[in-house]
Amino acid sequence: MHKLLAVNPGQKMLLLGNEAIARGAIEAGVAVATTYPGTPSSEISLNFFQISQEGNLYFEYSTNEKVALEVAAAAANSGVRSMCVMKHVGMNVAADALMTLAYLGVKGGLVILTADDPFMFSSQNEQDNRYYSKLAGLPMLEPSSAQEAKDMVAFAFDLSEKLQQPVIFRTTTRINHSTEVVVLGDMQTPITKGDFTKDPFNYVTVPAVSRNLHIKLLEKLKTAETISETSEYNFITGDGAWGIVCNGVSYNYISDAVKDLNIADKVKIFRVGFSHPMPRVLIIDFLKGCEKVLVVEEGEPFMEETIKAFAQEVGLTLPINGKGNNLFSRLYEYNPALVRQCLAAYFDVTYKPVAGVNLSDVPEIPQRPPSLCAGCSHRATFYAVNKATEGMETICPTDIGCYTLGFMPPLSTGDFLICMGASVGTSCGFSKVTDKKVISFIGDSTFFHTGIPGLINAVFNNHNFTLVILDNGITAMTGHQPHPGVDMKALNMEGYAHVSIEKIVRAVGVPHVSIIRPYRVKKSIESIKEALNFKGVSVVISKEECTLFAKALKKPRGRSFFVSEKCKNHRDCINELACPAFVIEDNQVKIDPVLCSGCTVCAQICPEHAILPLKDDA
Amino acid sequence: MNPTRLIIVAVGGQGNLLVSRVIGESALLADVPVRMSEIHGMAQRGGVVESSIVFGTARSTIISDGEADVLVGFEPSETLRALNKCNSNTVVITNLAPLPPFTVAVGSGIYPDLDVLQSLIRAKTAHLIAFDAEALAIEAGNVLSVNMVLLGALIQTGKIPLSSETVKEAIKTKTKKAFVESNLKAFELGFSAAGQLG
Repeated sequence: MHKLLAVNPGQKMLLLGNEAIARGAIEAGVAVATTYPGTPSSEISLNFFQISQEGNLYFEYSTNEKVALEVAAAAANSGVRSMCVMKHVGMNVAADALMTLAYLGVKGGLVILTADDPFMFSSQNEQDNRYYSKLAGLPMLEPSSAQEAKDMVAFAFDLSEKLQQPVIFRTTTRINHSTEVVVLGDMQTPITKGDFTKDPFNYVTVPAVSRNLHIKLLEKLKTAETISETSEYNFITGDGAWGIVCNGVSYNYISDAVKDLNIADKVKIFRVGFSHPMPRVLIIDFLKGCEKVLVVEEGEPFMEETIKAFAQEVGLTLPINGKGNNLFSRLYEYNPALVRQCLAAYFDVTYKPVAGVNLSDVPEIPQRPPSLCAGCSHRATFYAVNKATEGMETICPTDIGCYTLGFMPPLSTGDFLICMGASVGTSCGFSKVTDKKVISFIGDSTFFHTGIPGLINAVFNNHNFTLVILDNGITAMTGHQPHPGVDMKALNMEGYAHVSIEKIVRAVGVPHVSIIRPYRVKKSIESIKEALNFKGVSVVISKEECTLFAKALKKPRGRSFFVSEKCKNHRDCINELACPAFVIEDNQVKIDPVLCSGCTVCAQICPEHAILPLKDDA
Repeated sequence: MNPTRLIIVAVGGQGNLLVSRVIGESALLADVPVRMSEIHGMAQRGGVVESSIVFGTARSTIISDGEADVLVGFEPSETLRALNKCNSNTVVITNLAPLPPFTVAVGSGIYPDLDVLQSLIRAKTAHLIAFDAEALAIEAGNVLSVNMVLLGALIQTGKIPLSSETVKEAIKTKTKKAFVESNLKAFELGFSAAGQLG
């Protein structure tokens, strides 16, 4: 049995924040869960995926976040408790559905989880998704710990049903990826079947209907505010005159800092967990009891601006600050020492930071950036593209996935990246206004996610570029989740169909389509050259299984290779492929036989044919 | 209970997250308050994995620069890189078997000299325990048990509030059955190595 299905209320379990959230949803009787995988939310859906194979939960990896939200929205509007999980930028994809779903509302509980990523540990931006609650007019909850996250998910479902509105559940990486001892709660039995009652004048958002629905939305928001005023998740501790308002992980840093600075008797802390709508009356009351107030929140001044507005409305003139004035930054994530320092500075408390060690005489340490795995098929494809485009002036829009790492030297095959699917759309623009050859890259999962509309656009508007679809048969970057192009039967998973990338590409009318096996270097280079020479849209599908996934599946792999005495140290292998299986020992290139996956690419490009397979498995 | 702050740094694949899990489960067994955080962005693609583990009553799950009480490094250059987490009272434990990053192979970085590395860490912190954990892992029967060797060394120092018995219990119940024996042996070898180095 999956560990999160243990029926042991009161049992203590060591859980990752994301596991606690999944458990919270199971305790709340979630019956439908949908997602498109994205760090730092991925483990929530991984647990749902595993649980769905043995329980009452329907779970799906949807093609993108918009579809995921639509699936969940329909289930919730049929009265079934549903959850939709995504990383923060996924919310941008889902936003079109979100904004009008807020008008319709829901019948069964719908919790939409957005996992924000301050500092961008694994993201392209650090947008603060709390603004989506304001933009859509939806209630929002923010936990400060794994235990609270678990408990709050159940509250979120209740709240959603009470208000008949989706609830936004906002986490940050440090909530998702922190581990704590969590006390398990009772389990509700999920109701898995629902029903939908026709009610077009409340469900079909033509203008006349939406004008009424917007009124209802504002009424629901008003009710949400009254609940926020009395919610246990908005609480005050202490009764000093120095006010601190904080949310999420900042509450943890503040709690520790107050203790470290020994100022517990001087401060009063307002921890905001139900953060939209903000509890106006509570906040104003709080402000009235303070000499000055510090607002501690990672990201944008979301609470700070609201609190300042509340103060203005009732004529309070006490100092309120958070961002700016040498206090907190809108950048990156906070940490205990930073919060301690700002707290001490703002309230003029004597504080001597711990002196770290002097690092001035520490030699420069070689960087250890993430890189494409040894034997990664993307490396082979990028090498072939580089050979095929030798002497050409190129622009290489790229996309989101492992292959983004190809932008690093020596492969240097990535010039422009904004969001999922944008490799295709931006190729249209670059090829239209420049005279350079545009060759762009998109992964298989990303192609399904948002790449297809761009490709249709390219065909219809007769653009001129080559799109390379890097099809490694899995969503690799986020931990090997399935997508519509995955052969689920081969993974012993029943109940799925298979969608062929090649058939889609041909069906939308791409005039030049070729398929390469990137480990066959010469043939691949020739095929890419042909595609590049074609005037119009050409697509090259580069098919080879993710080597890490093949390893995880314990598939047989090729023999490891070694560098024989024939090596004349040209070093094309290292300088042009940069496979991490290479090591330099005594100024000679060697291959680490444990890392080598036997892809044979280096052996094919060695001018001396010096790289040979090991005779017996080393 | 005053907080004790432990940082573990490793290269992806060295088993840092498993050790963190074993430490967390041990704390749960012993009823020691614990909170942990990990950053493993693209760890499988050869990057650095950092865990922070805070014992005691603190709420924070991360550790600021200069504030680690103990630093355990699974790879010497990564131990050196994490020196910004230390202060003059920090106890440092490091494996001495290097895993040079690929940047060294392509000539865009120079791997630090191991003697220089040790004397630097020794000069700046309270105490350094440095040994070849890989050799002991091989002796224990599994080269991948470097993590358990270093866990043994960590427990031997007495710097974190967990007993050897509790941790061994967690190893028995929370690591894969096939590896329990070699993991326990690795733990013991690390424990006695740290004892001898004192």
